[in-house]
Amino acid sequence: MSDILERVRKIVIEHLDADPDKVTEKASFIDDLGADSLDNVELVMAFEEEFDIEIPDDAAEHIQTVGDAVKFISEKSA
Amino acid sequence: MRRVVVTGIGLLTPLGAGREITWKRILEGQSGIGQITCFDPEGYGCTIAGEIPSVDGRGGGGPDVEGSFDPEKVLSSKERKRVDDFIIYAIAAADEALDDANWHPESEEDKERTGVMIGSGIGGLGPVADTAIKLKEEGPRRISPFFIPSALINLASGQVSIRHGLKGPNHAVVTACATGAHAIGDAARLISYGDADVMVAGGAESSIVPIGVAGFVACRALCTSYNETPEKASRPYDRGRDGFVMGEGAGILVLEEYEHAKARGAKIYAEVAGYGLSGDAYHITAPSEDGDGGFRAMKAALKNAGLEASDIDYVNAHGTSTMADGIELRAVERLLGDQAKTAAMSSTKSMTGHLLGAAGAIEAAFSVLAIRDQVAPPTINLEDPEFETPLDLCANAAKPMAIDVAMSNSFGFGGTNAAVIFKKIA
Repeated sequence: MSDILERVRKIVIEHLDADPDKVTEKASFIDDLGADSLDNVELVMAFEEEFDIEIPDDAAEHIQTVGDAVKFISEKSA
Repeated sequence: MRRVVVTGIGLLTPLGAGREITWKRILEGQSGIGQITCFDPEGYGCTIAGEIPSVDGRGGGGPDVEGSFDPEKVLSSKERKRVDDFIIYAIAAADEALDDANWHPESEEDKERTGVMIGSGIGGLGPVADTAIKLKEEGPRRISPFFIPSALINLASGQVSIRHGLKGPNHAVVTACATGAHAIGDAARLISYGDADVMVAGGAESSIVPIGVAGFVACRALCTSYNETPEKASRPYDRGRDGFVMGEGAGILVLEEYEHAKARGAKIYAEVAGYGLSGDAYHITAPSEDGDGGFRAMKAALKNAGLEASDIDYVNAHGTSTMADGIELRAVERLLGDQAKTAAMSSTKSMTGHLLGAAGAIEAAFSVLAIRDQVAPPTINLEDPEFETPLDLCANAAKPMAIDVAMSNSFGFGGTNAAVIFKKIA
């Protein structure tokens, strides 16, 4: 779990050019980290690549925070 | 009809990042052409181009090289991923032009009365090619959501409007190598007709990418004989010329309604006095042999300006260093008649290379600066002139002279022609 969190954080920091201190589990990509809807699409693609999983569009819509991403990826890779 | 003047100029060219450094090097007759550094051009036939000197070493630039472009100063690395280079160039030149004009609209009314018309000949050719490869290799789900907005031509105008809050007409011209001239002419008309009081207008291009070079080599347009001596490659009117040399960059003018500019005490470079357009209806890449298309565009611009041929002091030629140079030269002689004996004409492409959709815009800027400084820029590499002409082609040295009226010509693939006339404000 913590490994997944760190990998997700790394992607988010890199793609959004975000302040690492702000990239907490509760952080919302759009509300807290300055992302727009296209950034979200790109983040989901980066998660798919990093974790070698497929995130369907309807699931992607519900991934709004760092924690949402970690939870989805953990369940998917379990 | 409302009069339109130029109040700001921004330039990003193979000669440097910025208006004054570019102009200084133009007047010195420097070449901005070198070996292609942004990809390995081995096997492409043409291995040279006019890259913008940049801090990362591109185009012979560097952190300590004067006039080098630093994209980090324009957009963060995150923002740069969302846009192709032509958009970055447009933003950089628009920033400089708006600063130069000292026009940073804050009131809602001023924002709504300021528009943008920046074109490009080809737009995001690099991302189109790269994404096509990704699509083939990795499938449709790996395509970036930023691909389309990074490549669309009108996103240069879109990004500039978002950056500066410019809510007036937002438009983009696509007429190949005549794009920059059409953008400036059309934007001036929007002001004349009252659609806007200020327009940020010009062109941007970033086609020095593998598919761009290969494509222009394939249609036999690019210079291929001077790969070892790149600074000699762009040589309009010279017997040794064998095709154009591709350049990249952007030119942006701030155009403004005359009374608007006067009322706020803006510095006025020159008036956009006339604009003419025509079509060849002849061939997809070659101009008609009699030069009639270019002639009619120039004639229309003169008529629009209410001037006579005898008023023209300087012509910034399209002069691409191809077989078409002679066709334009004869058309200008025909237009000017006796005035050809006193007027000067030069091709600044001999130094910048051919910036395609940005060419007409940077050359409009050079025409305006020629009026400001009363000097005609040179045509370099004109060592063995092919043509007998009464026109002074300013071979190899800038020519100080009285310039009240300057005309800039731009002709594009598809047989599209534009001429823009600038006039000194008395």
